[in-house]
Amino acid sequence: MAVKVLKPGLATTVQDLGRPGYYHIGIPLSGGMDRHALAAANLLVGNEAGAAVLEAVFMGPELEFTEDAVVAVTGAELPPKLDGAPRETWTSFKVKRGQILSFDFLKQGARGYIAVAGGIDVPVVLGSRSTYALGALGGFKGRKLEAGDELPIGHAAATGKEGRSVARDLRGQPAGMPTELRAMPGLYWHRITEAAGNGFFSDTWKVAPEADRIGYRFKGGKPLEFVPREPPFGAGSDPSNITDACYPYGSIQVPGGTEPIVLHRDAVSGGGYFMVGTVIAADMDLIGQLQPNTPVKFVKVDMKEALAARKSRSELLGRLHSALA
Amino acid sequence: MATQQIFSPLPGIFYRKPAPDKPVYKNDGDVVVESDTIGLIEVMKSFNEVKAGAAGKIVRFLAENEDAVMAGQPIAEIDV
Repeated sequence: MAVKVLKPGLATTVQDLGRPGYYHIGIPLSGGMDRHALAAANLLVGNEAGAAVLEAVFMGPELEFTEDAVVAVTGAELPPKLDGAPRETWTSFKVKRGQILSFDFLKQGARGYIAVAGGIDVPVVLGSRSTYALGALGGFKGRKLEAGDELPIGHAAATGKEGRSVARDLRGQPAGMPTELRAMPGLYWHRITEAAGNGFFSDTWKVAPEADRIGYRFKGGKPLEFVPREPPFGAGSDPSNITDACYPYGSIQVPGGTEPIVLHRDAVSGGGYFMVGTVIAADMDLIGQLQPNTPVKFVKVDMKEALAARKSRSELLGRLHSALA
Repeated sequence: MATQQIFSPLPGIFYRKPAPDKPVYKNDGDVVVESDTIGLIEVMKSFNEVKAGAAGKIVRFLAENEDAVMAGQPIAEIDV
């Protein structure tokens, strides 16, 4: 069983839940930018939550199936079409041998997850099938899909059924405008003035078009004002420089104090920019669904709130599992 | 004569020129063939060409240079 790529889309990659455990040696987490939606797509078609799927950003691919299959598309509102006939997102459907899955224009969100019963059966590299394109590692030949690729599909469990769907309140998608991203001030908070810190959390930012799997860049807020200092040994001369340090997943670096960048699944693991704080784990999936120009506000939380939010997000995943068991 | 719209395939920034110091790809009223590029969409550090998709005459552009556009947004109309 294979799926042939007729048109690849913009940057469609094979992703699973990621490759944790190697970030300290510079290999990022990778995996779906919206892991909740990725898990939902898998559960809909009867896969394990962490099977490999296709992540299509902004634009869907065109795929031909060489055997019958069960498929589900979740995440962004990227409407699937089977031989041109519309199919629902967040709902499993059957595909017959020879049929072509294509997509209409993106209506909402940013990343669609296309799960096929059996999972995309690319080799496991360092514990994951996720693509890390910058490192040419994992996924399909370590890169985004190209026309002519043939993706191997694994053996499907018997539970792959059509017509299963995910209720709206279990989808975990961003709600409301601006999207609120909760963040904790970080170790370098003291580097900016109190007014700059307040401004960071009260300004409305917009997703910059450069935002990608490595980092999400935001524009439109006031530049951060730094507290004057003598650069410490090893730090560059710009006020936003620090002596090189580890960059956590979700950390918000602000090069030059102008445009915050939230590091995401394919991020570099360290460097010399100060980090104003870190977006909490519970809200990282939301970032994966932000289109360019989407307004965003960062909301200050403390550790207690961050842990409560993480618990609540993990309970949502638990409810999703129960609903699709 | 029918009018056909050209849609942006992607969300991002729309450009009517291949580079800031170059002339626009097409002007209102220009004749186009299907494979002609009428603009670029910038997103994720890549510039993606938008093709006319049909032969005809570009009646008018509906989006301005450097406009933020959504996927599926009409950016020009052609008389076909």
